[in-house]
Amino acid sequence: MPEATLTSVPGRELDAPQLPGLVRATWLVARKDLAIEFRTRTAYFSALVFALLGLTIFYFAWDPTAVAAIDLAPGVLWVIFTFSGLLGLQRSFGVEQADRAMDALLAAPVEREAIYLGKAVANFLFVAGVQVVAIPAVALFYNVPLGNIWLSLTGIAVLAALGIVAVGTLFSAMAVNTRLAELLLPMLSLPFFVPIVMAAAQTTSRLLAGRPESEAWPWLRILLGFDLVFILACAIAFPYTLDE
Amino acid sequence: MRAFGSRRAVDGVSLALRGGECLALFGPNGAGKTTLLRLLAGLLAPSAGTCLVGGVALRAEGGRAARSRVGLISHASMLYSALTSRENVEFAAKMYGLRHPAEAALRALKAMRVADRADTPVRALSRGLQQRVSIARAIVHEPLLLLCDEPYTGLDEVGSAALTEALGERRAHGAALMLVTHNLSEGLALATHAAIMRRGRFARYEERARVDGASYASAYRELVTADA
Repeated sequence: MPEATLTSVPGRELDAPQLPGLVRATWLVARKDLAIEFRTRTAYFSALVFALLGLTIFYFAWDPTAVAAIDLAPGVLWVIFTFSGLLGLQRSFGVEQADRAMDALLAAPVEREAIYLGKAVANFLFVAGVQVVAIPAVALFYNVPLGNIWLSLTGIAVLAALGIVAVGTLFSAMAVNTRLAELLLPMLSLPFFVPIVMAAAQTTSRLLAGRPESEAWPWLRILLGFDLVFILACAIAFPYTLDE
Repeated sequence: MRAFGSRRAVDGVSLALRGGECLALFGPNGAGKTTLLRLLAGLLAPSAGTCLVGGVALRAEGGRAARSRVGLISHASMLYSALTSRENVEFAAKMYGLRHPAEAALRALKAMRVADRADTPVRALSRGLQQRVSIARAIVHEPLLLLCDEPYTGLDEVGSAALTEALGERRAHGAALMLVTHNLSEGLALATHAAIMRRGRFARYEERARVDGASYASAYRELVTADA
């Protein structure tokens, strides 16, 4: 048997090609995912319809004489948001699975973290797109005035979306190769979403009730801490989920 | 060496390919051919040993530069069905850091004679045309090592001719090829070296010039039936 290593072609030594850095590769992956979603629009409309149907069901199951709208709306908003977000996360690595496109992505000369971050950026924009419709819909259904808290609520929505996307993107990569991916993703993700939903709902209810901002800060700090820890941890852990 | 649990899919394989060389790799199903290709593409990390391209380990620090010189053609198209042929190939060109991705993508699509379908979504293409686009994606960055796993699968006469031409062109530009196939005549026609893999090892490895087609075919059949 021959004993040697794979060698380069004489005179064509490996130069330094303009390989995409982390930010560029992240953007390329995110843009590609968004282009696919824009073409098909299946996941976005499914998530949107799911969110609106969920709101309708909650609305008709609600007894306004027993629970005030202002107490119920925050919980409904973030539960609906979490479950509709899962629909988008499910699709995230599903598009790579068909025809083994993931192989081409992994063979490309980009950092594996860039694949995770690119997916996360696309998922974030997806989830944000659902929120843009879901939040006003909640205000409409429950007659909740958002006029003076919309900026704060946007901030909470961004932080909650970051946390959900950070964890969900990682678990989507882990679950996609399993036979029960549709079941496994929620089972893995939902326990991690609990602190996000709690913090977001508690902060929102305090804002809606007109309580002092100082009361919301502890919950906001939990949300911020969760985001920081899980974005970093998931980006670091992601390459290991891809090894066979 | 690459093991999956206690099973060694590739074991004790040591191989060199130089620019312009083409290794045709034969073997029965489950012999470890695809695993070897995936190791060389950097998709799998070896359990022991290293895979080097231009002296750089694919999975080590700096392996990105080595991976940028490798192209992979598989029987799976590795394309996004919702995107057009052009978008798929251009995306690959950008991921490999090409300076003019649009031009490179069009050049690759032309080489595979599928430029007239550049703006057609991949899902609307036939299996053969998808394979041509997939090959265009694999060669867009002009790799120095081209790994081909049953690349002729699904191709019609025009597609096969375009692929043979593209492989010849890559070799003329100093690229090394590795061609995994079950079709002996197809593999030997292109090869400078031939190998038969069995149970994760090279059962035979020789220069193409020393191989006689007929006796090689019977030796191959013997090895394959011995495993059946």
